[in-house]
Amino acid sequence: MGAVLAIVSFGLPAWAALGGDIASVQADQLHMQGSLRTTTAASYTVHEIQGATGAVVREYVSSAGKVFAVAWQGPWPPDMRQLLGSYFEQYRQAAKAQSSVRIGRRPLMIQQPGLVVQIGGHPRSFSGRAYIPDQLPSSVSAEAIQ
Amino acid sequence: MRGALKFFLTVSTGLACAFSVGCGGSSSSSSSTSTTSPTQTIVTSGANVAPISVNGGPSGNYPDAGFASVTVCVPGTTTCQTIDGVLVDTGSSGLRILSSALTLSLPQQNASDGNPVVECLPFVSGYTWGPVQTADVGIASEKASSVPIQVLSDTDFAAPAACTDQGASSDTLENLGANGIIGVGLFAQDCGSYCEVVQTAAGDFNPYYECPSSTASCQAIGESLAQQVQNPVALFSTDNNGVIIELPAVSEEPAVSGSLVFGIGTQSNNALGTAAVYTADPTSGNFSTTYSGTAYPDESFIDSGSNAYFFPSTTITQCGSTSDAPGFYCPSTTQNLSATNQGANGASGTVNFSVANAETLFNTSDFAFGDLGGTFSGGFDWGLPFFFGRNVFVAIQGQSTPGGTAPYWAY
Repeated sequence: MGAVLAIVSFGLPAWAALGGDIASVQADQLHMQGSLRTTTAASYTVHEIQGATGAVVREYVSSAGKVFAVAWQGPWPPDMRQLLGSYFEQYRQAAKAQSSVRIGRRPLMIQQPGLVVQIGGHPRSFSGRAYIPDQLPSSVSAEAIQ
Repeated sequence: MRGALKFFLTVSTGLACAFSVGCGGSSSSSSSTSTTSPTQTIVTSGANVAPISVNGGPSGNYPDAGFASVTVCVPGTTTCQTIDGVLVDTGSSGLRILSSALTLSLPQQNASDGNPVVECLPFVSGYTWGPVQTADVGIASEKASSVPIQVLSDTDFAAPAACTDQGASSDTLENLGANGIIGVGLFAQDCGSYCEVVQTAAGDFNPYYECPSSTASCQAIGESLAQQVQNPVALFSTDNNGVIIELPAVSEEPAVSGSLVFGIGTQSNNALGTAAVYTADPTSGNFSTTYSGTAYPDESFIDSGSNAYFFPSTTITQCGSTSDAPGFYCPSTTQNLSATNQGANGASGTVNFSVANAETLFNTSDFAFGDLGGTFSGGFDWGLPFFFGRNVFVAIQGQSTPGGTAPYWAY
């Protein structure tokens, strides 16, 4: 029973979605009970959420309070619908379109004017990142999102 | 098959260069002068040897993918079917066959309440969905009995949103580019202990489901290790501790042939020899690759099922996002590069590789490319080009091997 409680207590919360605001991150923080680590850079804050199964999600929040990027790593892909929020359908359509361009098993690379999503890995280990290019703080390069 | 009919094809540096555009004229047939490509021996016969073809596959348009034939039988019977065009994948574990390629009726695996067990396995390029069924599996002269496999079908059961949210389905020949996948990777099961219980935390994915009917909504279940889709190699009665992928060096060719060899150090034809062992993280199946001064310890791996070298570069030109090679690299001249792999055991070694213009390569009638590369932001994915010209050993976790504790790769 203790193990079950621990999983619930330290599991991933409902994440703030890409494009969401700081309020949802703070709501996450209330539910995290110590598994959230926040680091502050010059023009943004990183909220790192560590789950019980080894999954990690990092939310990048601008000084204006908007989630402009998310990055993740874990044994299986995260709930992309929750993580990408209003960008999920755009992601899904682009992913399906790309899989029909050229057959083959390879990392996913979606590069559109309003959305970049990059996913790689294999069963037991997936990682990726998504960001809104025109909302990246001017001092932040895409490579900083890991 | 020890001591039985057996002969070797030896591919020396000089011979490889005979087919290579970029080789210098001074190469000799002696391997003693080579510092980058030692002599490679490819075993082509033996009870533990299955042919691999890199030839575009059953869809006729799949670059840099190796295919083999696999026989599945109704358990305990001689009612069998040999399925060709099955993708050889060291990046996953378990046998998956398209329902559309399967003419046999295999027994369904059921959960404790009698409902059929159905799996959603995410891959980066899309998910596979379909029922877990049981088959005797044969390849070369190796056999495994009552192996849980996945039968890929979008229509037998209705996939839950958690599955369809993973992107595109890979359940048809058109989408998969193969009649199935034989996952001969680092693990004995496709999922492992993560799947033994239902993960209840928000955002955690569950691969295994039970589905009361073809239309009823499916519920996530825990699946015991023995019931999970199994790496068939680990269930062979012999030669069951891993595989060797042996493919010759290639620049670009319409097709090349090589071998999938079962067992490591179990026969006279599968010795580890002088191959260096790079152990992988036993949970994630990754090691660390350092490229261009940056180490990628979290998502670097060797995967015959990825169809290029995939790695991060801010300097190599990418193919246009609306081209027919999105995500690949398109440098104007071939780039000669190197990266360093480091195992969890501390073993370290540099790998030289080249990346050519993918659009140019795809604009030929070739399907085997030694210099195909593409983008990946978070790590280094050593896909099939890595396998050309070197024998790559893949040792299965939990099995005894001459190279020490698996999981590991050796080459």
